[in-house]
Formats: sequence, structure tokens, C-alpha cells
Amino acid sequence: MSSSISAAATTTLVLEGSEQGFATTRFEDVLNWARKYSLFQYPFVTACCAMEFMALASPRFDMARFGAEAPRFSPRQSDLLWVVGTISQRQAPVLKTVYDQMADPKYVLAFGTCASSGGFYDNYTTLAGIDKIVPVDVYVPGCPPRPESVIDGLLMLQDKIARGDRTAGVVKPRFDPVQLRRKA
Amino acid sequence: MSTKVLARLEQAFGASILETHDQFGDDTAVVDPSRWLEIARFLRDDEACSMDHFIDLTAVDYLGRAEPRFEVVLHVRSIEKLHRVRLKARIDVSASDDAADDANAETALARIDSLVSVWPGANWFERECFDMFGVAFSGHPDLRRILMYGEFVGHPLRKDYDASKTQPLVEYRAAANEKLPPFDQHEGMSFGRQTHAQRPAARNLLGFETPGLGED
Repeated sequence: MSSSISAAATTTLVLEGSEQGFATTRFEDVLNWARKYSLFQYPFVTACCAMEFMALASPRFDMARFGAEAPRFSPRQSDLLWVVGTISQRQAPVLKTVYDQMADPKYVLAFGTCASSGGFYDNYTTLAGIDKIVPVDVYVPGCPPRPESVIDGLLMLQDKIARGDRTAGVVKPRFDPVQLRRKA
Repeated sequence: MSTKVLARLEQAFGASILETHDQFGDDTAVVDPSRWLEIARFLRDDEACSMDHFIDLTAVDYLGRAEPRFEVVLHVRSIEKLHRVRLKARIDVSASDDAADDANAETALARIDSLVSVWPGANWFERECFDMFGVAFSGHPDLRRILMYGEFVGHPLRKDYDASKTQPLVEYRAAANEKLPPFDQHEGMSFGRQTHAQRPAARNLLGFETPGLGED
């Protein structure tokens, strides 16, 4: 095999067939690679979405495959805040405190429609989306979302971490009705 | 079903029972609010009534449809005699609470006697009723809000409370939520991971090809 250099990612160079066999990359990339596969999660679980969260954590869907295995019930030890369910105005200060206690870098995933936007609760008592008080990295819509779409959200978050992208992203439905109609 | 309870009430209290009716086996008596506690105690202690089971206490706001505005509704039952009765009392926001200025209308309370001394189970029901409707129960041992937070102003189930008016405890972030549909084309992960589509034919550190998962 002849010695060649191929660009795997924009920043990673792999030298193949060389005598030494080494790779160059940037420190940030290695760090992000480590971060994305070791997300310690803090489950802030308040409502019916918890059922899907349990399914997600159990062997059938097996969140542990993606390195997001260990739930930490101390915000100080966790990287990823799962907000699973409706947040009322009365709970909002608690959520804010939990978020503030997490150490950087920290990520937030809004699990389900209620956490993302308040859902069908448009009233005096419900917080209309947790992004009103904490920044959200990934929104997973659904009432509740299927575990597959939450896994999509987790993978999207991992990609965002790898790319150093902190803009918010939304998980699309698996079968986008609009796209299906366009194809037909 | 148990119209005899209504008859017993009318016999004992006469003009204080303002009206009664019986529908689908549910007996209802509308009573004079000033004798609310007295009638409740009678219902519990009287041998023929023996209402030993407190079921429910709530209120209804008939703003603009009836005077007085609030109707406090009590449901009690007798486990021994197997009958039940519904008691209503119509009350209004008390004029004494310097409600002359409209600024106080939101917090002005309607008053009625507490039934905690008769049925201890009424305690949290009366707190909820106070929280949601602003009905103050005189003689209640611990009349605080039970669902809403202490900083909340007003009573949300009153018909003149704006249903979408929130009173946040945490200041909202300045950044608006831009993530409302329709989403951009590049967003989402319908058919695979984004980064693979962005770097086709990538090689990983071990040197073998990674198939492009996001091609379609």
C-alpha cells in the first residue's frame, strides 16, 4: 500500500502505510470526541414522557450504546440535562437552579413537546418551553416522542458536540409528511 | 333516593334552606351562607342524616350570569345510611375589604365559614378553593395557597382572570425561541447522521471506509 494522506474530517489527517503510522488532529477535536461519548445525564423527569424515557434507558432501546449510560442525580456531576415533561411556573426556579449547578460544558435536551414549547398547555401555570429560562441544544418534539426520535436527538447532540456547534437543533420526524407529499 | 334528608333539613332550618331539588337521585339544597357551618354540623350529628363522609368541596364562578357571583358546593355522604346530599351556598366578594377601588378587585375575597371543625378532610379542599377562587374560609386553621406559589397574585379560576396571563418566578431569557416550524432544510436527522453526509467517503483512524449514511 502506498503512503497516502486522506482527509477524514476537515481537521483529522491519517497517514496510512507509513513506517510510523500516526494521526494528527487538534486537541479540541479529541476532547469533543471524548465528551460526546461520555455524556453523564441528569434526568429532570416530571411528566408522562418519563414512560418513553424509561423505555429509552432499558435494554430494548439501550441508550447505553451511545455512551450516555450513567444517570447522575447530582447536577454537579452531569453534562447533559434531560428535561422530560411539563415544567410548571412553580418548578421553573428549580430547573434554573439545577442548570446553574451543572459544570461546563453542559448541554440541555428538551424531551417532548411540553418541554420544548409548553405543548397544549397555554395557561397561567405552565412554562411555555424551557428555553424561556435555560438555553436548549436539542429539541425532541413528540407527545411523547418515540424512543427512536430521542436517540436521533442524542446522536444529533453528539454531532453538535463533535463539531463544536452550540446552535439549537430540532429532531425531524422519521417520516416527514411534507417531504412524502412532495415525492408523490 | 334520599329526599328524606332534604325534608329533614327543611324541617330543622326552615327559611334558611333557600331551595331544594332532586335530579337523577342527587339531592341538592341551596342554603343561607350565614348558617353554612351550622347546617353542616347538623348533617353530621343528626341521627337521620349521619353524614360521616366528606366527599368534595369546591366553588363555581358565575360572573356575569348570576348574583351573587360564587357558589360554594359541598358533597357529603353517609357511609352508614348510604345516602348523599349536595349543599350549595351563594356568596359574593365581601364589600368590607375596601374593594371600592378596582385595583383590589383581583384580590378581594368572598367569605364563608370553614367546615374543618366538622370534617377534617375539608382542610385541603378549602385551601384549594381559596387558592383558585379566592373564597376565604373563616375559622380555617391554615388558609394558605396549596397549588400556586405564594408570589402569585389573584385567583386563576375566577372568570375575570385572563387564562393566558402568567406570573413567572424566573426572569425569561432575552433570546426569543426561533425554533418554530417550518425548520430549515439542513435541520433534523430524518435519514441518518448529518456529519456523514457532509463528509462522504470518510476514513476513520483505523483506516477503513465508513459508508455514507446520509446519502438519501
